[in-house]
Order: sequence, then structure tokens, then C-alpha cells
Amino acid sequence: MAKVLLKGNEAVVKGAILAGCRFFFGYPITPASEIAETAAYYIPLVGGTFIQAESEIGAINMVYGASSGGVRAMTASSGPGLSLKQEGISYLCGAELPCVIVDIMRGGPGLGNIAPDQGDYNQMVKGGGHGSYKVLVLAPNSVQEMCNFAILAFELADKYRNPVIVLTDGFIGQMMEPVEFPEVQVEVPKKDWALYGEEDDNKKLISSIYLDPDELEEIVIKINKKYKRMEEEEVRYEASYLEDAELVTVSFGVVSRILSSVVERCRKEGYKVGYLRPITLFPFPKKIINKLSEEGKAFLSVELSNGQMVDDVRLNARQSDVHFYGRMGGNVPSEDELYEVIVKILKGERKWLKTG
Amino acid sequence: MAKNRLGKSSAFYDIYERNPSSDKTVTHYCPGCGHGILHKFIAEALEDYGVWNRTILLSPVGCSVFAYYYFKVGNIQCAHGRAPAVATGIKRAHPDSIVISYQGDGDLAGIGGNEIIQAANRGENITVFFINNAIYGMTGGQMAPTTLVGQSTTTTPRGRDIYNEGYPIKIAEIISILESPVYVERVALADTKNIMKARSAVRKAINYQVENKGFSLVEVLSPCPTGWKMNPVDAKKWVTNEMQKYFKLGVFKDVGKERKSRKVNGEKVPLNKVPDIIDIPSDEKKEISRIEKKSEEKFLKRIKIAGFGGQGILLLGVTLAESGMMEGKNVTWLPSYGPEMRGGTANCHVIVSNQRIGSPLVDWSDILIAMNRPSLDKFEPKAVPGSLIFYDSTIVNRKPERNDVKAIGVPFTEIADGIGSTKVLNMVALGSLIRFTGMLSPETLFEAQTRVVKRKEFLELNKRAIKAGMEFIDSLKES
Ligand SMILES: Cc1ncc(C[n+]2csc(CCOP(=O)(O)OP(=O)(O)O)c2C)c(N)n1
Ligand code: SF4
Repeated sequence: MAKVLLKGNEAVVKGAILAGCRFFFGYPITPASEIAETAAYYIPLVGGTFIQAESEIGAINMVYGASSGGVRAMTASSGPGLSLKQEGISYLCGAELPCVIVDIMRGGPGLGNIAPDQGDYNQMVKGGGHGSYKVLVLAPNSVQEMCNFAILAFELADKYRNPVIVLTDGFIGQMMEPVEFPEVQVEVPKKDWALYGEEDDNKKLISSIYLDPDELEEIVIKINKKYKRMEEEEVRYEASYLEDAELVTVSFGVVSRILSSVVERCRKEGYKVGYLRPITLFPFPKKIINKLSEEGKAFLSVELSNGQMVDDVRLNARQSDVHFYGRMGGNVPSEDELYEVIVKILKGERKWLKTG
Repeated sequence: MAKNRLGKSSAFYDIYERNPSSDKTVTHYCPGCGHGILHKFIAEALEDYGVWNRTILLSPVGCSVFAYYYFKVGNIQCAHGRAPAVATGIKRAHPDSIVISYQGDGDLAGIGGNEIIQAANRGENITVFFINNAIYGMTGGQMAPTTLVGQSTTTTPRGRDIYNEGYPIKIAEIISILESPVYVERVALADTKNIMKARSAVRKAINYQVENKGFSLVEVLSPCPTGWKMNPVDAKKWVTNEMQKYFKLGVFKDVGKERKSRKVNGEKVPLNKVPDIIDIPSDEKKEISRIEKKSEEKFLKRIKIAGFGGQGILLLGVTLAESGMMEGKNVTWLPSYGPEMRGGTANCHVIVSNQRIGSPLVDWSDILIAMNRPSLDKFEPKAVPGSLIFYDSTIVNRKPERNDVKAIGVPFTEIADGIGSTKVLNMVALGSLIRFTGMLSPETLFEAQTRVVKRKEFLELNKRAIKAGMEFIDSLKES
């Protein structure tokens, strides 16, 4: 199909609609508002429902209700809103309800600011709500991926009966790039566990309450088996220049775009630097990191945070030096800045370790 | 202990399989509890209106968390207080279903205060049954928002004190002052007469939903002998003598007769129509509008555009990016975004290249367009040696200082004013840029305009502005 110049925040909605999403529940917040605005414009035109909820709590619970009804439903927000959605995410996981949640990260903690940030990594990837659950997290770094991952997210959500998060930063949401839309048409199939307002419903129950400890334990083991399966089947990453690399950069979102330029420059200057971009943050690409670590490579995780993903890198790169470089407050490192960090590490002039 | 049986109804399961208790024919409610009576009235109404087989019941968090043990309908268990939002989601997904939100006073009036008010205010076509028992039953008798003044609970051991906890909240009154709801009544499960009134209220509230009239709420004053530490007989009396004194019974709102039934089901859009509706152009359209210019040489332009908010900086960038895309290039456009743009400074980064674009940020510019003095001051040092700086010579009161870059002063503002609108200075800039660099053809720009400019009345003016910018560059070359 023809290319269209779009914002990431618009592309994610169009992708979702192609994936059969007809229900969007949102609440405004910069830098995610265009998602709700785009949904408000298009979703009713394709016979769907858009509601501006009273809060992110309202929105996520509307998603819970719609998803109970077997339809594809979505919500989107940014850090402060995601904090409010965590209760609902825990319930969605407990009740095994599929849905897609987009987080366009901004500066925090607290009200922070609206500039790009990646400090929601822990709350989204590690599970900011209560209980032993996990969510699958996709991390797009281009507008094309915002579209493609919306589609993929709905597929995976239904495959695992679990919420899927599309996690990125303000720049990827606000940026415009050409998008080529895939030719997909999804007729969402009827789900045997969902409620449709028909007699058969009385055999079904959407719930996350299990009073009996043994029963609840069994359920938690069951849902955790899904997470194991995700780790086996859904790991996705993008990599280049790994083979002879001495230092492998790890990054996602806008940082991974900057680093792709920096790594090219390093290579031109003869520095053996590799590039690894986890596309799924959960499941995290453990195996490749493990393998690279065994080969004696060092790592540098660059994040717009105080160092959150780096913990996952370190956990899987026990044999390696794992460096971390982070900017916060909405600051984004320049190419020169990162180039310098990399060269200093390679020359052994400085170690960048996570502080604290 | 007296057994709590609900009796037969097609809206109840015969055997409560989900109830872990060994006797699967009795409920988990305490003797004398109001929940059982209300359950019976609801089941009876669902059966009588013939809708039990398309009903979805939402269980709250509270003693009625297990309502799904009993109701032979579709059941959803919700987070504490969120049932009205969940109800909104499922009702919108299946408008033909009958959705009932069943909630206690901690659930509805406490933690879920916002959800209920907003669902009521949207006029969701659902029915809410609100059990007001003046206490948190399930968690062991703590204060509810509806606990009476002076009433002692485990968290108001000296009685509810208006100076510490305020007065009990009157939900029926609050909901009834909203415009959207159709029907709001408060009833009491106390003496026989009022119990019968409660029964009618339940029926009416369900019937309004069956008729697609909109939102109904029935507040039910209900005994909680356990929470109140009373026997069932005294508990009923307490409803009459104490609760009813403060919580007045009656119909607070009933506009069901005047309200028209709402249209429930929208039109289903065929899937093959969807891409067109959501503005995804088809391949045929692409053939007409894409003007490709193939070139083998490496092409990379990193452009920084900066100025005041309101100067059309972002649109200038978008037009450039759109044009680049139309000529088959890779492009990125990255704005400064959010409220900071209002009145303050604005800038955007545009990259046009025939290579894959890594970073979308322009740290070092090949082309800087400075629309005001602060922008020139800020970004001049970050211009690549040998690069171009365009600046608005009408309002920037200095020339670029660098002598390793090419500076081109164009009176954007003056030229735009000459055309009749300062607003089009961004297009003047665009015209001079493409004329000077030859990086894009004017035809592409004009075509790109028709795609990115929302207000079509500006198209002609913009075109003139682009041309004026081009002509100015030509005049420089001549002189
Ligand atoms: C977020 C959250 N906070 C607190 C609780 C604990 N809790 C369970 S039931 C309940 C009170 C319910 O009271 P009410 O709505 O009055 O219903 P009743 O038990 O009286 O029928 C509370 C506070 C919870 N489950 N979730
Ligand atoms: S504690 Fe009160 S509300 Fe709960 S079941 Fe017992 S009597 Fe009913």
C-alpha cells in the first residue's frame, strides 16, 4: 500500500483498527493524547465505540468490561495514567482478559514533565500492580512499528489471553515517519470464554477471585506457564555488528534510534561496537545476552531513566562488565555524547556503572 | 442458624456449584441480611421480563462479591468500586445484553464514587442496585460513607463524628440531580409494605433498561445484622427507626416515560471499507500522487527549524517531510511538543535521506532555518561547517557570526506581509529553501500542501508565498 506520513500516536490507532479493535477508552495526557484523539475520530466511523473515561481507572475498567465481552479493546496513556491503571492490569491478568495498553512515556516521578523518558520500564515490564503476574511488552522504535506492533499486540493478547503493552517514549509517539500499512483484515472470532449477552453465558465466569489457596496457587501456576511459553516463543530483538563486537549497546525506543547512528559511526572509526535492541522487553532477550556474555563481550545499556533495563542486562550477562549511561528529566543524549561514552569505555578510561 | 435459601427462579442456578460450602443450596449471606431479598427480587424480575438469558451481572467487592454463585446469567467479578466502568465496557460491547451493576456502599459510595457518578452522568443504559447497609460488611464492620452520625463501627469506635467523618452521603439524592439518569429511587428492606415497594422499584429499574431508556439506580436500605451486632428482628427495626430518618425513601427521579428509547446497534462496517474510512490510501491513489525522483548519490539533509510558537514551524517541517516522502526519500519529523509550544519557542527536526534514518534528532544541522533571534543564538553553534543557515532578516537583528557556513537572510515576515498575511512566512521560508538548495521540486511542494494543510482556503495563499520565497532567492542570484 501507499505510504502515509503519520505520527506514531496516529499509526498505533490505525494499526489497532486494522487489527479489529473497535473499542477505545482513554483519558487525555501529553504526550499520548493524539492516540485518544485519533481513536475518537476514526473508531466511531468504523462502527466502534470511543469513550473519554472519567480517569485512567475508569478507562482500564471499561477495557476490562469490553474484553469480558470478547471484543478487541484498547487504552493508552503516559506514566501518571499508567500508575492508575495498574490495579486494572492486575485484574485483567488475574481474569485472563486480553487487551492492548499503550504507554507513551514522559518524565517522572510525580508530575515530572511531558518530555520523553523511559522511567516506566519497571512499572510496565516488572508489573506495577499486585500479584504474581506479567504482561508482554513490545517496544517500537519507529512509526512503522507503532502500526505493526498494534496489530501484533492484539494477536498476542488473544493468543495468551493476557494484556499486551506497547511501551515507548514521547518522541516515538510524537514523531512523524512514512508508514506502509499492511493489508490485514481481522474478523475477531468468537471466544468460548467470553460473554455475549446470551444464554450460554451462564456457564462462564470472568473473575480473579479464588478463596482456596490451593486453587489460587494452581491458577497462578497456570498463568505463569503462559509467561514461560512467551519466553520460549515470543522473544524478539534487532541486532547488528554483534559477531566481533567488544562492547554491545542495549537500548529501546528513541535511544535505540540514536544508538543505531552512533554504532555506525563507531564502526567507521574502527571501534568494535555491537547493537542490540530488545523488541520484547518481556520476554527479555536473555539467551542472546547470555551468549554474548559468555563470549566475553561487555555491555552498555543506555536509557532515559535511572537504570532500569540495565538490571535485566546484568542479570543475564554475569560474565561481563555491564555499563550504564542514562539521561533523565526529559533529556535525550546526543550522538556525540554517546560516541564519547563508548570510546571512553573501550579505551578503559572510564567505567559507567549504575549508581545507587 | 436459619438457612438462607433463594428459592426457584430461572435466573438462579438450581445448585450453587461455585459455592465452596458443603450445602450447595444455601447462600453465604448471614441470616437476616438484605442481600438475599434483593437477589430474589432481581431474579424474579429478570425472569418475568424474559431477559435472564441475556443478562450480565457484575459482582462488586463486598459481601455480594459472590453474587455469581447464585445468578444463572453471565457473571463478571469486578475490582472494588469499578463495576460501573466495567458495566460501561460490556454494555457498549453488547448493547442487547441487560447489564446489572450490584454494589455495596463502600464499593459504590466510597472507593467507586467517581465511577458511579460518571456512568450515571453518561446515562449508560444499565441498572444499578445499591445496597446501603451503613457499614462495611465483608471486612468486618468498619465505617462506610453511609454510616449514620454517632453509629459506632470498628473504625468509629466512639461513633461517627461529623467533625471527623462528616455526614453520611446521600447517593440517591446526588445521582438524581444529574440530568442523564432516568430513574432513581430509595427503598428499604424493612417492613412488609416497604419491601413490596422495593420489589416494584427493582422491576421498574430493570424494565427501563429492557426498554433502552437509560440509567437507573435503586438505593436499597438493607439490614446487616452481623455488622451492626444485632439480631435480624432488631436490625429490621433499626432500618425503619434510624436509617429511614436520615435516608428518606421515595422516588427522586423518574423521567422514563418522557425519555425516548435509544438506538442500540450501530451499523456494522464491512472490513474491506475500513482502510478507506481510516484514510489509508489505496495503491491506485499512490500512482497519481507520488512523484519519485531517483538518484544514486547519497542524499542526507538534517534540517533544524526553530522560532516562536505560532510561526508555523511544525507545519513547515511536516510539508518538507511529506514532500521528501513523495519524492521517494526516507524522512523523519520530530517536534518539540506539548503546551510549551503555546506562545513560547517551537522547533522541529526534519531529516530527508535516501539512506535508512537512524537517529531522528538533528544535533548538527545541514540546514538551519532560524525564524527568530533566540533560535539563531541557540542553534548557530550547532551548524555543520559548510552548511546553510536561513534566517528571517526582518526580525532577526543580527547576521550569523560563523564564517564557515553559508548564511542566507530572507525577509520572511516582510515578504509574507506583502502577500497579505504574516501567517504564511513559513511558506516563504519553504520556497526560498527549496529554490536555494534544489532539494525538492516546487510541484512536489504544491502537491504536499494539498495533503498536509487542513484549511483548504489557505492553499492558494500558501502557493503564492512559496513562489514569493523562490523569487526572492532568484533576485539574490541576479544581483
Ligand atoms: C482496593 C481495595 N481496597 C480494599 C478492599 C477490602 N474490602 C473488601 S470488601 C470491602 C468493603 C465492602 O463494603 P460494602 O461495599 O459496604 O459491601 P458490604 O460488604 O457491606 O456488602 C473492602 C474495603 C479491597 N478488596 N480492595
Ligand atoms: S455481614 Fe452484613 S451484609 Fe454481609 S452477609 Fe452478613 S449481614 Fe449481609
